[in-house]
Amino acid sequence: MRILPAIIVLFCFCSPAYAKKDYYQVVVADPYIELHTGPGKGYPIFHVIDQGEKIDVIKRRTSWFKVRSNRDVEGWVSFSQLARTLEISGESTRIKDPDWDDFLERRWEMGVLVGDFAGANVISTYGAYKFTANLSAELSFSQITGNISDGWMINANIVHFPFPEWRITPFLTLGTGVIRIEPKATLVQVQDRTDQIGHVGAGVRTYLSRRFVFRAEYKSYVVFTSRDNNEEVDEWKLGFAFFF
Amino acid sequence: METGIRIFLLRTVFVALAATASVGCSSRLVDTDADQREPVIDPAVERREVKAAEIDSEDFELSIFTGLMSVEDFGSNAVYGARIAYHVTEGIFAEATYGQTDTDETSFEKLSGGAPLLADDDRQFQYYDISLGYNLLPGEVFVGSNWAASSALYFIAGVGNTRFAGDNYFTVNFGAGYRVLTNDWLALHLDVRDRVFSTDLLGEKKTVHNIEFNLGVSIFF
Repeated sequence: MRILPAIIVLFCFCSPAYAKKDYYQVVVADPYIELHTGPGKGYPIFHVIDQGEKIDVIKRRTSWFKVRSNRDVEGWVSFSQLARTLEISGESTRIKDPDWDDFLERRWEMGVLVGDFAGANVISTYGAYKFTANLSAELSFSQITGNISDGWMINANIVHFPFPEWRITPFLTLGTGVIRIEPKATLVQVQDRTDQIGHVGAGVRTYLSRRFVFRAEYKSYVVFTSRDNNEEVDEWKLGFAFFF
Repeated sequence: METGIRIFLLRTVFVALAATASVGCSSRLVDTDADQREPVIDPAVERREVKAAEIDSEDFELSIFTGLMSVEDFGSNAVYGARIAYHVTEGIFAEATYGQTDTDETSFEKLSGGAPLLADDDRQFQYYDISLGYNLLPGEVFVGSNWAASSALYFIAGVGNTRFAGDNYFTVNFGAGYRVLTNDWLALHLDVRDRVFSTDLLGEKKTVHNIEFNLGVSIFF
């Protein structure tokens, strides 16, 4: 019990040492590694760290790592060089870039698509959640800008991937939503209208790199108008998405 | 880091000695075979194991900007807005931007003295876009003899929407920018952007160029 006050004093003394952040530490295994001034291969190399030296990995930006040497020199190391270092335990460094396996195991995805909606321009953003390898649900918002009318639509749809492991993988989609059409202000006043829509579609997507996906799709919409005839509208879009 | 540990060890020894001395005075704990006893406090500090997955990743960049925007036929005014960028690779980034500016009366409205072309509510020019950029020319800037910062000249293009005069216009944008990283996570931007769309607002259908200069500040997270 008598040492308790000493321990309390000790903790008061050493709190600054605890406040100093611990970083992931690796040991240089190659003859040397190169430090760039910035996170990119175009930035000049200004320092090298020799084999056997310990380095702290402070942060990462894309495929570059900011490190600090024993002598407090800070610089950026490429993914390929850092991947060849060793952990303190002697095992190889466990860093990785998002890759095809991460793509297959993705859960959330966000994307942007641009294209043509019955002659008008359309920009869509969407969010998707993957339930199984074959099935995702999506929610999208689209803005339509045409020569005679503007509008927007919101759609919820399910997407089926028959061959999820293919590099360029096709998909089928089915969904429903609402569309709002507003005639241009420069035209004589026509009534704005909101209608329900349904759609079927198909498309392809392919994994590009890191968290990037390319996507192209065709959708055929049926607008359930309040008039006698339903309208059919074709839409073509392409764009990109990120997955998490 | 090593200096930190050294200071810590010295403090540990100092405090341990002080504590032992004070205790020893009253209860005669100090004896000859002190060396063989367990140390009062084991000075070996376990370093916390940090896993590779805990490396802080900073691929997003959030920025606010302000500048000057010239809206064709409607004068030049202050513009302000915000951007968020995701850096996919060291070269490529995707960016979403929102901005707005007020517009003036056209020269015709001023000279003719007639009824204004647009209602006050419709004078505001708002845009958003989604663009892809490429850091083409990485480099460094030097300020004085003691300070160097990494920089990049980037080119960017994309599509979006403009809301102006009560209508929406599909808008293509392109431009270039200069980014200076003042430290790891804070950057300054100088951007030039042209936003192009076609409109029949003044009677005849034409393509309008709306050129914007802006200065922004961004943080990486």
